[in-house]
Amino acid sequence: MDYSQFGAMLPELIILGLFFIVFLFDTFSNEGGKKLLTPVTTVLFGLATVAIWLIPSCGDTVFGGMYVDDSACKAMKAILNVGVFIVLLQSAKWVESDEVAIRKGEFYELLLVTLFGMYLMISARHFLLFIIGLESASLPLAAMVAFNKKHYESHEAAVKYILTAVFSSAILLTGLSFVYAFSGGSLYFDDIRAELSSGSTPGLLICALAFMIAGIGFKLSLVPFHLWTADVYQGAPTAITAYLSVISKGAAAFAFFVIFVQAFGTLYSAAWEWMMYAVIIVTITIGNLFAIRQKNMKRFMAFSSISQAGYIMLGVMTESALGLGSMMFYIFVYVVSNLAVFSVISAIENKTGKVGMDDYDGLHKTNPWLSFAMTLAMFSLAGIPPFAGFFSKILIFTSVTASDSMALYMLVLVALINTIISLYYYLLVVKAIWINPGEARIESFRSAFSERLALWLCVGGIVFFGLVSGIYQFCVESAATLV
Amino acid sequence: MLWYLVPSVIMFAAGVYGFCTRKNMIALLISLELMLNSADLNFVVFNRFLFPGSMEGMVFTLFAIAIAAAETAIAIAIIINIYRAVGNTDINSVKQMKF
Repeated sequence: MDYSQFGAMLPELIILGLFFIVFLFDTFSNEGGKKLLTPVTTVLFGLATVAIWLIPSCGDTVFGGMYVDDSACKAMKAILNVGVFIVLLQSAKWVESDEVAIRKGEFYELLLVTLFGMYLMISARHFLLFIIGLESASLPLAAMVAFNKKHYESHEAAVKYILTAVFSSAILLTGLSFVYAFSGGSLYFDDIRAELSSGSTPGLLICALAFMIAGIGFKLSLVPFHLWTADVYQGAPTAITAYLSVISKGAAAFAFFVIFVQAFGTLYSAAWEWMMYAVIIVTITIGNLFAIRQKNMKRFMAFSSISQAGYIMLGVMTESALGLGSMMFYIFVYVVSNLAVFSVISAIENKTGKVGMDDYDGLHKTNPWLSFAMTLAMFSLAGIPPFAGFFSKILIFTSVTASDSMALYMLVLVALINTIISLYYYLLVVKAIWINPGEARIESFRSAFSERLALWLCVGGIVFFGLVSGIYQFCVESAATLV
Repeated sequence: MLWYLVPSVIMFAAGVYGFCTRKNMIALLISLELMLNSADLNFVVFNRFLFPGSMEGMVFTLFAIAIAAAETAIAIAIIINIYRAVGNTDINSVKQMKF
């Protein structure tokens, strides 16, 4: 066996190595050493993030074409890594709390394993490797959702998550088995593409594609497969909710693009264009309409993330390098904006245990900096001009309309109308913070150093990502290697 | 080949029906296993009859069985937690969070 092939899997090896370091450190260190686990893991992960940004991708295809390491995959992994680093920073306080501190090693191990699974999902060019990556990304997440052992909500969220996750992977596997029947005996994306490009599209194949969209749509929480999202986001610990809503969603969106463009790209207009068209419209609209009536901030963010997933999926409709680049940029901006919101939510929840939108009334009197960060993040999510969210929306809309098809223009129009609706409910939070008087205000407090660092990183991203055009250039250029 | 696919379709339909109607979480898990096994059966049958020269479907099935076992293990662990918290495994007892 040629072990040199593993050299191409450098990002995965870094994460795996980090996992073993954390595992050994957690198992064999004494009480005094355990106190260092959180800072050591966070710093090492920061170094790993820098390493993954700096290492150039070798562009190799290894293991007979099962795994590829091109610059698009590497850029996506680097983006996810930044998100995970911010999640680690904002969860440091929660991890050290009395209830969780004894199990903090498990938290980091599970987190790194899911990240490893997402890396495999991104780089896989064979359905076997993809399924293994998908499952190792979603199964440990169920254990993480159940992490607050003393809280009933955590268990309820976990059982809802695991049952829907297994149901969706059963649907995905069934769809895949029908695809296998048409694939000429191979599960490589390239072989499937070559086999499907000749001849007609039988009904069973369209049915199989619908099953696959449903299976991956569960992970992305696209409507009509979104029913687990709100409950799981509300019940899970806030750090895990942040992780679920950005990292796992970003990885699934990228894998979705790769599968549907590389394996089923030739069936675009015949089979799945109209399916995704309907799913995107319903996702954006339902997510927005349900977000309006939420009072719990975590549920609110769940429906907001459903509608954001619809915007991310716009990139898939383009089937072009420009679309993938815009999608990656959108995910990057979504990572920083959403994590800024979750940083504020978790900072307030750690101090006071309050997560209701009414509890934020008059927050600017007591905690001006948190209010400021929250306002910027809401502006960015809604797409108000000087902030990054505006640029990511404008770029993904332009990439969709670049193909000059009337149907796609209508799709963008629906998305635009929904942007206005979303402005209403994002500004509800801003209104609660700055305008509502509030009788029982959250008292003034100073958050921990790690939380402040996470917030500064997010706010920096929100302000500068739109203005520094190099980041968008980087996304589009690295996306060009894939399509 | 058709006669091998019929039981697979029946298993899948029974799994979906069971998942939608049963109230006990263990029964839900059994229904999910039925669905996963029907997908595995599909893979083996397609491999055996359509592509007898290759082994891709068989190998995929082996991995899928292992993954299904891991899924069941985690689901059982979470259901045990629910049983400790609520005292039964009825799906109607976990509806505190909705809308």
